[in-house]
Formats: sequence, C-alpha cells, structure tokens
Amino acid sequence: MQIDGIEKGIVIDHIRAGYGIKVLEHLNIDTTKNTVALIMNAISKKHGRKDIIKLQNIDNVDYNVLGVIDHNATVNIIENFERVEKVTLQLPQTIKNVFVCKNPRCVTSIENEPHIFHLFDESGRYRCEYCDNIAEVSQ
Amino acid sequence: MELKGRHLLEPLNFSVAEMDDIFELAERIIKNPKNYAEVCKGQLLATLFYEPSTRTRFSFEAAMLRLGGQVIGFSEPNSSAVAKGESIADTIRTVACYADIAVMRHPKEGSAIIASKYSDIPVVNAGDGGHQHPTQTLTDLLTIKLEKGSFENTTVGLCGDLKFGRTVHSLIRALLRYKGVKFVLISPEELKIPEYVREEMKRAGADFEEILDLKAALPNLDVLYMTRVQRERFFNEADYIRLKDTYILDKAKLSHAKESLMILHPLPRVNEISTDVDSDPRATYFRQAKNGMFVRMALIMKLLGIE
Repeated sequence: MQIDGIEKGIVIDHIRAGYGIKVLEHLNIDTTKNTVALIMNAISKKHGRKDIIKLQNIDNVDYNVLGVIDHNATVNIIENFERVEKVTLQLPQTIKNVFVCKNPRCVTSIENEPHIFHLFDESGRYRCEYCDNIAEVSQ
Repeated sequence: MELKGRHLLEPLNFSVAEMDDIFELAERIIKNPKNYAEVCKGQLLATLFYEPSTRTRFSFEAAMLRLGGQVIGFSEPNSSAVAKGESIADTIRTVACYADIAVMRHPKEGSAIIASKYSDIPVVNAGDGGHQHPTQTLTDLLTIKLEKGSFENTTVGLCGDLKFGRTVHSLIRALLRYKGVKFVLISPEELKIPEYVREEMKRAGADFEEILDLKAALPNLDVLYMTRVQRERFFNEADYIRLKDTYILDKAKLSHAKESLMILHPLPRVNEISTDVDSDPRATYFRQAKNGMFVRMALIMKLLGIE
C-alpha cells in the first residue's frame, strides 16, 4: 500500500501496532478539517509491525498525550517534504484530563474535577492525585 | 515549623518534627487541660460529615469545645445542601466564609484533597473512603509514644481489612519514616493492602510480610492493630458476610502473645476483638480513643496558630 509523503506537518512513526487509533483519538485532531492518514500494521524492520500517523499542515500536537500512550513512538516535523526536527518523547510527570481514574471509589467518579495523574515509575505507571490508585494508563 | 493555615489530608503532609511538635503539645494538654480551656475562644470549627462517625466527630467536637471554641456542621449529608447536589468545592467555599477550620469525612477517596483546593481555611481529612485517615494516625502514634516511648525497632502487626482500612494506610505511611519498624500484614487474600501502599513500602525498603494466620504472627508482635471488616466498603453484601469473621482476637489467642503487646483498634469494633480481651492490660484501644481527643486539641491549636 502506498501513502504519499506530506509536504508540511507531523509524522508520528513507530507507534506500537494497534495503538494508532488510540493516539489519534487522544490528540483531538479535527479529522473533518485536517488531512490525516492512519496507517495500521505497517511492516517495521525494528518492531515487526507498527502504526503510523501523518498529519498534513498541523504544526503542533500534545506531546504529553503521546508520551503517555506510547513514549517509544517517534515524532518527525516535516517541511518541504523533509524532516526538519525529530522530537524525543518522554513520560510526562503530570497529566491532566487525558484519562479518567477507573477506581469507582475515587472522588472524581462523582465530582466534576479534573482527572490528574502523576508519574509513578519509569514503566509508565501513573498514580491518581486523589485516590492514589496506580494505573498503567497506556494499556 | 509553622502549621498555621495548613491542611492535613494525609500523614505525610507533616514532617516527623512537625508531628513531634503536635505530640508534645498534646502531652502538655493531657497534663494540664485547664490551661487550654479558653485558648480557642471565638474560633469556630465546621464538621462536614458525609458519612457516619462517632469517635472522630465527637472527639473533634469535644476537642474544640474543650479549647473554648465552638462547633457548627452536619453529621449526615441529607440535612444540608449536599442533598441538593452541591459539589464539595461549593460546600467548602461556603463553609470557609463562616468557620476558621473545617473537618471533613466523606465516603469517596480523595474528597478532602478537592476541599483543600478550594478552601481558604485549614481542611482536616477525617477519613476519605477507604483511603486515608491522618488524625487517627496522630492518635495511634501518640498512644504508642505514650505507652512504649518510641516507634523505632517495633514489630507492628496490622490485622483485618487492610484493603479498605484507611487507618491502616495512614499508619503505615507514617511509620515508614521511623527506623527498624517491621510490618506483619495479616489479612485474607481479598483484603490485602492496596498496590500503592505495597509499592510505598517497597520503595521505603520496609521489612514487611503478608500472611493469613493471626495466631502464628502473635508471638512476635509488639503492637497489634486490629481493624473491622467494613460493611460500607463492599459493593457486594455476600463478600462482606464471607469475610467479616475471618479474624477474632480472644483470650485464648492472646495467650500466645508477648506480655508487653499493645493492642490497638481505631474502633468501632464489631466482633474482631472479643469483649473478654477488654480487661487485659494489653488492651489499649479505649485509652487510644481518649488520646484521640487530646491530639485533635493539639492539632486544632497548631492549625489555627494558637499557643
């Protein structure tokens, strides 16, 4: 399958296979106005299979969200069909309203408050600010 | 070490030195309560109890009244605007207009944290679901300090509902800061400590074991902290019925324990400690309840900046 390169925008490469849809969902890109390509299960020399997202004419995305969902993905900034910058993703220390706390006893299940998580360890586990529930939010 | 205006949401909000300061004041109050009978005159404590309570609410109210202050509040949410669907944020903002300090109990975990974010006055967490109960920890620590002198090099057994037992979670957090504390966690499989507590213990390098058998653990314990299996924390009544009588401490079991053992319980008990244990000198839980009032007197004074 052939997908054209983009003249200007962002290419998110090496997304764990199967996570492309989730990444796109959390980036809140308006797919009715922007040109977006989601390639699933592409062949990868490194990982066997991978997902790729190409965002035409978009120059900024929420790297925190990307870092949480798949911090091993690579982000390439494209201009004139060339990569001009490669962004290294990291697990953010704090994330707000990216995920909801799944603990039914957490106060956020009944109060209209932001869902805030803090990085618990380098394996990508996060701790709810309110109830301390530890969640692997990328799963 | 300025505690004035601070919130107490979980034990680690205060340093070891700040807690020592509270214990030192509590001991002075115990020795000479009359000296403190009017120090909070003109101050108002608000008690926001969204969940039933006897000891904690009464001890806070008694503490404020014995300091010469006054108390307002509700003891069940149906008698307040909460029944109309008011948020915690709006409730505390309103209460902060009238009172100088607020104490809150709520069935949901993390509720006091929300209150603290919107409050101009000190907020004290008096229990948030199965999460934390820092003033019970102050009570527990003061009791151990008064009766044993030190927390260090102590083997502490915590028995019963360790999953939803907020007093257990707070006590462990606080004791992790002292040297040589060994934890023996005694519970059925379904009521083991939450993952975050276990992770905190591992990170602190704590010496701990998780076991099922209370009788086997008893001979090695210096402190036994019994807890009730809490019906209100179960979504399924059948699970509560199945687990509620897993551990019952009675005189026969106690014969395997050290003479110096201290038996603590945050109360209320149901039947996890047989009443025949009450007369045993090792039963400390009613003295512990009394200490709760004194330590809350000290806490109120510190948070209001009165001394």
